[in-house]
Amino acid sequence: MHDPVLSVRNVSKSFGALKASKDVTLDLLPGEIHALIGPNGAGKSTLIQQIAGGLKPDSGSIHFLGRNVTGLSTVERARLGLGRTFQISALAMEDTVLQNAMLGALGAHGRTYRFWQPVLRNRDLREIAEQALERVGLTDRADMRTSDLSHGQRRQLEVAVAMTLHPRAFIMDEPMAGLGASGSKSLTEFLDQLRHEAPILLVEHDMDAVFALADRISVLVYGEVIATGTVDEIRANPEVRRAYLGDDA
Amino acid sequence: MTREATFNGFVSLALLLFPLWAWWADEPFMITLATKVAILGLAGVGLNIALGLGGLVSLGHAAFFGIGGYAMGILASHAQSYAPLMEWPFLIEGTKSMPIIWIVALIASAVAALLIGALSLRTSGVYFIMITLAFGQMLYYFAISWSAYGGEDGLSIYVRNGFPGMNTLDPIQFFIIAYVLLMIAILFASRLARSAFGLALNAARQTPVRAETVGIVPYRLQLVAFTLSGAITGLAGALFADLNRFVSPTMLSWQTSGEIMVFLILGGTARLFGPVVGAAVFIILEEILGDFSDYWHIHLGVLLLLIVLFARGGIIGLVAGEEKRHA
Repeated sequence: MHDPVLSVRNVSKSFGALKASKDVTLDLLPGEIHALIGPNGAGKSTLIQQIAGGLKPDSGSIHFLGRNVTGLSTVERARLGLGRTFQISALAMEDTVLQNAMLGALGAHGRTYRFWQPVLRNRDLREIAEQALERVGLTDRADMRTSDLSHGQRRQLEVAVAMTLHPRAFIMDEPMAGLGASGSKSLTEFLDQLRHEAPILLVEHDMDAVFALADRISVLVYGEVIATGTVDEIRANPEVRRAYLGDDA
Repeated sequence: MTREATFNGFVSLALLLFPLWAWWADEPFMITLATKVAILGLAGVGLNIALGLGGLVSLGHAAFFGIGGYAMGILASHAQSYAPLMEWPFLIEGTKSMPIIWIVALIASAVAALLIGALSLRTSGVYFIMITLAFGQMLYYFAISWSAYGGEDGLSIYVRNGFPGMNTLDPIQFFIIAYVLLMIAILFASRLARSAFGLALNAARQTPVRAETVGIVPYRLQLVAFTLSGAITGLAGALFADLNRFVSPTMLSWQTSGEIMVFLILGGTARLFGPVVGAAVFIILEEILGDFSDYWHIHLGVLLLLIVLFARGGIIGLVAGEEKRHA
């Protein structure tokens, strides 16, 4: 078996009396989509934040590319190649689509402190940005203001910005949120391909997408991973059905 | 050309032609007014980098304006009294040379902005406003109590400082100096806004979490922006002191910080020529309304209120429409 790209080991986190993460252990293997599902308030977002670097776990550790990154900041983890998309689009709304994509490219390539040359004329960065936009299908929107994009297009741009990092692993927090049926279908197809470039830890409520994409699923309930397994195993797991899926899944 | 670029061209030309007309018509006071617009506009161009591009609402830019002013005042006062600033461990004498004074003003205000920024940028929002205000006031009271350099009375410089090859006491020549510096600063600000740094700074203002997740540290970006911003405002301070041949703690007062911010709001925050237009309107109002009443600020208040309520883009926003930051 391959070494995991990302591994969360015995991570716990409490906010006062609330235990948001209880001894969570999970791995992200090369080439896989590992879905993290669970009811609202199960602690998915808290876990994602600890992986991305926004929150420090109380105990346990997080390893990325074989390195203990528990003490590293969000910025340092991003530079190591952790690409992230947000549940609520975190984009520069006043800027154009291309400018948002360029931001990822220049951050990732450490070219932020240049004060004179117009950044949009930087061929290398522009190529990275345009490539990412092309792959998510936003090429013809490149010069639009991001605030003028539809919700679905913003979701696509989220993914494109993360892609400009050329990440070694993706963390996607509900990329399908608010997408219509056709939107989530095309994004599903896209993520299906993307996993071959870098594995994806996918938090998602859209069960059709999860069942279509996931190699493995972990189910989080009250901060605890109650089951990890393949789609069939999870579907058949009585505990998961009771806690989350319901009987008709 | 966009409408904004056309309007900017018009503003640059008007600011140049008006004093030339005044020179021809032998109205030196009008030239001085135009010089004041150029210098205060320059101070605003500085603040605009922090506030417009970086979203850093600093209510302490008078500190840098005043440091620039005192850099000029201290150097020139030592030169006019022939007493060196220090003799040990090495000799530093005063100077009446503008270029040297500018460099000292730039460096001194940049260092101050770096220190103030390093502490203030650990906060944000209303706390940032308050802490920059507090630093500004600290320097204000320091200047009042610093009796070696005039304390509350300030420092008078009898002869304007010199610039090689020019007679700076001639109003039109001093205007040209201020105008050229303003244009250089605007060119720098325009390049900065479109540079990689500008893109990142602007994005960090809108969505700091996104900046972090692509490997950019917002704090560091903002600190660099704040330092550049303070340095430019400091240069304006040195020129302003030279215009008046006088520097006093008033330059450091929070009212000065407020006025610089008012230029931006009047003209249009984050617009390249916003501070210049704002400073021009401010000076014109001060001259016209000030003749009728000492309480002319009440009219300014009404104007500000109207702009904040109905024209967020300021005067440039009204003339040129919504901003486009392409290419």
